[in-house]
Amino acid sequence: MKVAVCVKQIPDPASPGELDPETKTLKREGKLVLDESDSYGVEMALQLVDAAGGGEVVLVSMAPNNETSGLRTALAMGAASAILVSDPALLGSDALGTAKVLAAAIKRAEPDLVMAATESTDGYTGTVPEQVAELMGLPSVTFAKHVEVAEGTLKVNRQTEAGFDEVECPLPAVVSVTAGVVEPRYPSFKGIMAAKSKPVEELTVSDLGLDAGEVGWAGARQEIVNIAPAEERKAGEIIEDEGEAHLKIVEFLEQLKVL
Amino acid sequence: MPLSTIWVHAESVDGKPASISLELATQARELGATVEAVHAGGDAEALAQAIGPYGVTKLHTTGDTDGCLPGVVLAAALAGAIKGGAAPDLIMFGTTYDGRDTAARLSVRLDRPVLTNNVTVTADGDVVVSTPVFGGTTFVDTAFRCDPPHLALFRPKSFEPSESGGGPAEVVTLEVPDVGATRGAKIVERHVEERSGPKLDEAAVVVSGGRGLGEAGKYDMIEELAKLLKGAPGASRAIVDAGWVPYAYQVGQTGKVVKPTVYIAAGISGATQHMVGMKGSKNIIAINKDPEAPIFSIADLGVVGDVHKVVPKLIETLKARG
Repeated sequence: MKVAVCVKQIPDPASPGELDPETKTLKREGKLVLDESDSYGVEMALQLVDAAGGGEVVLVSMAPNNETSGLRTALAMGAASAILVSDPALLGSDALGTAKVLAAAIKRAEPDLVMAATESTDGYTGTVPEQVAELMGLPSVTFAKHVEVAEGTLKVNRQTEAGFDEVECPLPAVVSVTAGVVEPRYPSFKGIMAAKSKPVEELTVSDLGLDAGEVGWAGARQEIVNIAPAEERKAGEIIEDEGEAHLKIVEFLEQLKVL
Repeated sequence: MPLSTIWVHAESVDGKPASISLELATQARELGATVEAVHAGGDAEALAQAIGPYGVTKLHTTGDTDGCLPGVVLAAALAGAIKGGAAPDLIMFGTTYDGRDTAARLSVRLDRPVLTNNVTVTADGDVVVSTPVFGGTTFVDTAFRCDPPHLALFRPKSFEPSESGGGPAEVVTLEVPDVGATRGAKIVERHVEERSGPKLDEAAVVVSGGRGLGEAGKYDMIEELAKLLKGAPGASRAIVDAGWVPYAYQVGQTGKVVKPTVYIAAGISGATQHMVGMKGSKNIIAINKDPEAPIFSIADLGVVGDVHKVVPKLIETLKARG
């Protein structure tokens, strides 16, 4: 079984994000890392390929520059190869533009299953996997918290407001996984060394047969008209617990009429 | 130019509308537009009764989706209606599981952008929506630069639902085109995970635990404290990812948005991911042993201390009060 996994390389979430006042996009100058949300999809895909008794995991990613450090992390986990669509024209791409690029790149890999996180940590639109599915004419199951494949059928427990639905779907299909669906492995030293020589195919927007006007700012057909700081919430009283802090909490709850 | 017609995505369980759908209907009405709802499911008649008083005049429904996930069916039906001449200016969805599915599929069918995670919308000239980023510290306002209908998703609890006194909405059936292979995903069984006490996003008190609890078993005290306060237990993403509690407990950017009277964060440092989901709480109490934890910058009462000491004592005191 061949599984294509959509992965995103993002600025390290540990350092505060910043918007570029000129382009109004997220600054991505520093080192990019594999979005932690995507490590679940990579792990899930590796486990499904193992369970199927063979096949491979192909990564699909896009970036305005030819950054690969995040992809190497996923390759070190065990993915076989990667397709990276890298083009300055991609700067400012919205969810639909991103989905058009990913769908075109995924088609080249001809996978049995397409996997993605439910949403990226930085942009968090949560619409790309479903847009990819529609562009590829595939069925999809989003918000999967448990995934298995049996005899060509995808079996998913899909998160709902009330609990979860058991959903079945023929392959090929798109599935988006929630964090926690599996425990991602840490890349081994051997894996890290092997990842350095794994193939990363770099493509431009025109290689995919897409028009530059469909992606980036031009394709987004939206304009950021204002960026403003939120009204700050002020810190209140901070106390050090010396054994009696719980009484202070009780007192506060009483004031609020919760008790 | 004021908007003439807005469609809102109405989600329901057995005819009972989801709160987010009432929130959206109220906001659409306040924009001065004719408000109509769009819906997939077999419970349109009951839903039309319930949602009409919020200003919804018509309920366009696909009817029962025969076990298919609703997003793919509703998106195809809406695209068909729009191409056939129905022309809302704006379609509002909730940032929910099916809301995202439907809007995403529809954006492809109409080849239109979809703007997500919004908390406000204005229509003085341009249609502009606002989205919190970086844990809610910054708001980005974005204007649509394409032909209507515009597609926008809103975070739950962005608007306060209120009735305007209308009668039931008129039920109109949408034509559902053949969607081929895309309708392949079928629900074979539904599971309701019973949780005692109030729902996480409706509770007056929310008690959430994070990695500072140290181990999965310690989450019991979060549940116990929540129960004593007649509240709901929540969690940070870190412990959901670690598998200590189900995804349904998660408060944050990914997960639920909560605005309770009191939010108690125990052993949560306050990653931006988490803060965006709870900083709208009326009062915040934080317990964390790290005095530098970002959560203290938004807490009304911050306790620098060990959750393993403070929370058990709090539980004992509350129990003693009866």
